[in-house]
Amino acid sequence: MTERRLMKRTNTMLIPTPWTLGAGYWPLGTGLIAPVKLHVKKRFVLPGFGLSLGYTILYLGLIVLIPLSMLIVKTSTLDWAHVVTAIASPRVVASYKLSLGASAIAAVINAFFGLIAAWVLVRYSFPGKRLVDALVDLPFALPTAVAGIALTAVYSPNGWIGKYLEPHGIRVAYTRLGVLVALTFIGLPFVVRTIQPVLEELDTDIEEAAASLGANRWQTFFKVIFPELWPAWLTGFALAFARALGEYGSVVFISGNMPFRTEITPFLIITKLEQYDYAGATAIACVMLGASFVLLLTINILQARSAAFKSAR
Amino acid sequence: MGAAIGHLTRGTSGPRTGQLTEPRWVRFLLIGVTLGFLALFLFVPLAAVFTEALRKGWGYYFESIREPNALASIRLTLLAAGIAVPLNLVFGVAASWCIAKFQFWGKNILLTLIDLPFAVSPVISGLIYILLFGAQGVFGGWLQAHDIKIVFAVPGIVLATIFVTFPFVARELIPVMQSTGTDQEEAALVLGANGWQTFFKVTLPSVKWGLLYGVILCNARAMGEFGAVSVVSGHIRGLTNTMPLHVEILYNEYNFAAAFAVASLLAFLALITLAAKTYVEYQFQKQAEPISASEGYVA
Repeated sequence: MTERRLMKRTNTMLIPTPWTLGAGYWPLGTGLIAPVKLHVKKRFVLPGFGLSLGYTILYLGLIVLIPLSMLIVKTSTLDWAHVVTAIASPRVVASYKLSLGASAIAAVINAFFGLIAAWVLVRYSFPGKRLVDALVDLPFALPTAVAGIALTAVYSPNGWIGKYLEPHGIRVAYTRLGVLVALTFIGLPFVVRTIQPVLEELDTDIEEAAASLGANRWQTFFKVIFPELWPAWLTGFALAFARALGEYGSVVFISGNMPFRTEITPFLIITKLEQYDYAGATAIACVMLGASFVLLLTINILQARSAAFKSAR
Repeated sequence: MGAAIGHLTRGTSGPRTGQLTEPRWVRFLLIGVTLGFLALFLFVPLAAVFTEALRKGWGYYFESIREPNALASIRLTLLAAGIAVPLNLVFGVAASWCIAKFQFWGKNILLTLIDLPFAVSPVISGLIYILLFGAQGVFGGWLQAHDIKIVFAVPGIVLATIFVTFPFVARELIPVMQSTGTDQEEAALVLGANGWQTFFKVTLPSVKWGLLYGVILCNARAMGEFGAVSVVSGHIRGLTNTMPLHVEILYNEYNFAAAFAVASLLAFLALITLAAKTYVEYQFQKQAEPISASEGYVA
């Protein structure tokens, strides 16, 4: 199995998979045979290469690279003892646990319901489907501060949903559960939107074949359909997780920001900044950036795999 | 081609035959679970924004929006988006031209670097500008000596907005431009068009929907950004508050009706964004269909 897959991967070029919403959907090697021709014949036929590349690099440098490198420059000038106290103080460690834990659980919730939602939106029809499909992207379009106050209003003890939870002893607003609700909201579209296109492109032939060979619907789903979906599914999970880790706007309203209990890491960076502790803020930011890069790398690997998986079909 | 356009199109699948679908009760259950989940997290909160905004009646609603500080925040939001979106549009076009139409060493590194602002928490996006232009920052002393304020002033807000919306246009445009290839441009050049004519008359019309899509997403994020802008704003009423920051201040003062009134404008903007996005996806699908059909015919 591994051998076969490996062979397929090396033989086929990695096609761009722009259906993914996250980083690294770019073609990894844009064709293995074509570029040779391109080099010889076509490369300098079109004008504007120098101008467009020059402008791209200049603008990228000014807006992104120079400011971001400040984070590293600033960290390198910090005193180590201060860095350690900043990033390892119990209050900050508690925030890592909450940020990581709540983001992971929110991503799991989104992975589960996102898979069902994508399935329903692709395979079934019901009144208002187009509207529901369009509204799935709401967390991308709605400003996070608006989402934050809206969720707080709905899930507070006298809110529309909160009032039904309160008698059962479930409090959402101003608890860790509230953080989870906000992070679930933020990550909601990722899993749906990564699975949906894969599901749409899936040929029903293989399902028909499975059915005619006597597989029941569950077997068809788990043995035929799901193996095609899981790379996209994992990517969607990782994207939702990454987005939740850095989220600030929607969480600060619903969490209540109680030290050791409901403080997320981005909130602590803001707190440090408000106390003019720029060194502490920078140190925590570096830890967060490190976590984001590990995730970004994971997402890139997953996408390279799912691209290979797609083209292998 | 199909793969590149796939993320913009949303094909509707045809009806399925008996054994290829689930029993009726499973279908109803799954639809119910989906709608329930989306209602809990999307529909109810969205409805709550508008209901809360009108809690004290239409009179108070319009009063909250027409109040000078609210108007100032609307102006600042429009200004920030008005600067950030065109700049990132020009960048997106330049980046996608060199990346999609040429082969060069280091392309993948460039692509990863363009994606960086998406990997960074909004709070960190604001922080880096404080480290650059703040009082203790690298250029802090120089800026103070020349009496220029960037951080805790409008330029900082604009910069932070540009940073967080940086990749949007480029990332939507690159795959679309790649999918159209270079044949048409080459034909135009052979027929005697110059570079700019080729770009405006050949390339731009073929990627216009992808471009518009990127602009819509870029604009939505530019107007709604909260975390990054919050760090560099300094929260000076009427001067450095964008709409999302104004919402926060009103909310923290327990002036909920006014907070939700301003928030409802942003929610309305989000709905317009979604509608525009759906329309562009539809147009894109329409544009793509004849091409893929002819491809199929040739094959």
